[in-house]
Amino acid sequence: MQTDQLLSLFGGVLLLLGLIAFFLGRAKAARVRAGGTTMHAQPDQYAWFAVLATAGPAIAVSAVGAFLLLLLEVEIPELGLLAGSLAVAAIGLGLGMRQVRPDFHARKAIERVIRGALLTAALISILTTFGILISIVFEALRFFQMHSFWEFITGTVWNPGASFLAAAGRAEEGASAAQFGSLPLFAGTFMITAIAMLVAIPVGLLAAIYMAEFAPRGVRTLAKPTLEVLAGIPTVVYGFFAAITVAPIIVSIANAFGLDAAFNNAVAPGIVMGIMIIPFISSLSDDVINSVPDSMRQGALALGMTKGETIRDVVLPAALPGIISASLLAVSRALGETMIVVMAAGMRPNLTANPFEDMTTVTVRIVAALTGDLEFESAETLSAFALGLVLFAVTLSLNLVSVLMIRRFREKYRVNNL
Amino acid sequence: MSQTFDEISAQLRRRHRRSARLKWVSMGALGLAGLFLLWFFSDMLSKGLPAFQQAQIQVEVDYNENAARMGRAALDRDLSRLVSRTFERMIPVQMRENPELLGSKETRWVLADSEVDQYLKGHRHKLNDAQRVLVDELKAEGRVELRFNTTFFTTGDSKMPEASGILSAAVGTIMTLLVTLAIAFPIGVMTAVYLEEFAPDNRFTQLIEININNLAAIPSILFGLLGLAIFINVFGVPRSSPLVGGMTLALMTLPVIIIATRTALRSVPDAIRHAAFGVGCSRWQVVRDHVLPLAMPGIMTGSIIGLAQAMGETAPLIIVGMVAFIPDVSASLTEAATVLPAQVFTWAGEPEKAFVEKTAGGILVLLAILIFLNATAVILRKKFERRW
Repeated sequence: MQTDQLLSLFGGVLLLLGLIAFFLGRAKAARVRAGGTTMHAQPDQYAWFAVLATAGPAIAVSAVGAFLLLLLEVEIPELGLLAGSLAVAAIGLGLGMRQVRPDFHARKAIERVIRGALLTAALISILTTFGILISIVFEALRFFQMHSFWEFITGTVWNPGASFLAAAGRAEEGASAAQFGSLPLFAGTFMITAIAMLVAIPVGLLAAIYMAEFAPRGVRTLAKPTLEVLAGIPTVVYGFFAAITVAPIIVSIANAFGLDAAFNNAVAPGIVMGIMIIPFISSLSDDVINSVPDSMRQGALALGMTKGETIRDVVLPAALPGIISASLLAVSRALGETMIVVMAAGMRPNLTANPFEDMTTVTVRIVAALTGDLEFESAETLSAFALGLVLFAVTLSLNLVSVLMIRRFREKYRVNNL
Repeated sequence: MSQTFDEISAQLRRRHRRSARLKWVSMGALGLAGLFLLWFFSDMLSKGLPAFQQAQIQVEVDYNENAARMGRAALDRDLSRLVSRTFERMIPVQMRENPELLGSKETRWVLADSEVDQYLKGHRHKLNDAQRVLVDELKAEGRVELRFNTTFFTTGDSKMPEASGILSAAVGTIMTLLVTLAIAFPIGVMTAVYLEEFAPDNRFTQLIEININNLAAIPSILFGLLGLAIFINVFGVPRSSPLVGGMTLALMTLPVIIIATRTALRSVPDAIRHAAFGVGCSRWQVVRDHVLPLAMPGIMTGSIIGLAQAMGETAPLIIVGMVAFIPDVSASLTEAATVLPAQVFTWAGEPEKAFVEKTAGGILVLLAILIFLNATAVILRKKFERRW
């Protein structure tokens, strides 16, 4: 029988048993109560308990069985598993019915189960983080068994070359050996991130200053959500915009100054990424500037400082931890940004300081290594996970530092809404 | 050294000028950001709007014996170059299905080749001089015209620009998002309820909280690596399927829903809880019957925003293989499918010029849906927001 047929059979029978449990349990409890005995719980609660006793163990048994079957490849006949879990359901039904007694706290039992379910849901988010970490680390370790970590960190040549064929056992004699030096990739990533920050930090910060300190209320309530539209546009759309519209403009500007520019230069994705990140900086900075206590402004103004001086010398220094925190978040966002660079930056690992040349980034290489035919024995495929590991480590530490900075700001000014 | 009165007032003027300059510069920055937005939208509209129109051509179809083998034979030789090849391929199929067509003739409007389409729209095209003259003549006779492009909404991907559409990607998006919602919504709400209403304030709870905030900031491509290494390689979920895409996106959407739900739960005043406890409700009854219903609008708003984010996401889906060429609508969660942003990505990589227009058209559809979703969220919030 097919898996989906088995599943629907299991679900159908379980649903039927659950319904039987519900109505039998409620009927029995109602009978007991009608007999004049006071009970610890309502009939419905006994009924729900009977349902839980029927379905819970059965689902657990079938889940464990399926796990063993699929992951550890233990030989369990599927039909046997089905029959087994349904038998467990029937036993659970019987036991649950026996618990319909006046002295049994059915409601408390149900709520313990619910609490357990809620906790399990909360654990899934932790499992996700561990899942990411484990999946990346395991494959990355396999990569580092093939190529040295030191070479990966310090090498200046990224040339996966023949590693795919080598994994397939078809390496040609004399073909150049694959080299995995990630420096050019990181150089490209940092170059594009730096350009993005050159756009995003001044524009975002100044816009935040205007919204928080100068703008009339109406402008502010309109401007903030409008700016946030920039962050809501899908990155694939920005990528298209960068490649089709911005890159040709950059090339013609560079040509006008007598410079040579490639069509997949680093400037176009950098600028577009900067535009995308503006709201990250402006929104958070605006909140931070707004939560600098007014007493500080009043004190500065009372000393005869102009508004501009108050902002520059009092408000901004006070808000600095929050602003830095926003910028760090923005950097981490830019480092991990994928679609813009995949579509608008180059594919060629290129160690250069000239932003008008084509260069590639970490995320581009991850995508390049993992699209098309996958060969998990090949160093090129595994290299994506090694790059992912570095990306994970860098963004994680940036986020942590950012969280610490904003916490310091919050404690200093006792702000609760950040 | 004392300064004269004039010097002091000059200095003061200078300081105030500098203050005013900051105001203008910062206003300029906001204006610049607004200009970026304007530039972006006008660029997308000007590139994408032509995609909703498509050249159609009126031809006489002659169902003769040759046409049963090669569709091109049914058309006038000069015109056949101007007609989409997808139509020509259809003719033998039609004739096999309806044998009585043989020998009959018919005048009908059919899809024109993308080069004709591009020429009529004034874009770059590859028509030669004779063809251009022919198209001009036909246009003067009213036998070639631009019509609303229904093909774009009723077909899947194709290698020919004029015959490609977004239907299969749209269906893929809906299936993927259903999976995402089915996983992320219950788990997200349950997590938030646990953290806000049940969890003791200990180190373990704090660990979960830090972890959730962290998940929200992890680059999306790393979720793709997780989907590939765990869902596909370990659990054996089929690659490129809406199932694996939806599961991957669900993990990304989870923190958004959790954070929104927690905010909504926190905004329900404690007086409600106290009153419910006071009449003897248990903790779960308080949450189920009083707190959750009051927080529901906020939860819905957050979920819609999370869903809109997931809808625009491409990078993790590329990693789990959802960039396949999907000409037909798939109806199963385990078959290969593609989503709108991935379709945009695929088209953006096509060398043919006519695909630029399709790409921008797909982008416009995507943006329209996103704007609709976000507007719904805003309206929901406005309508049901309660100030306590």
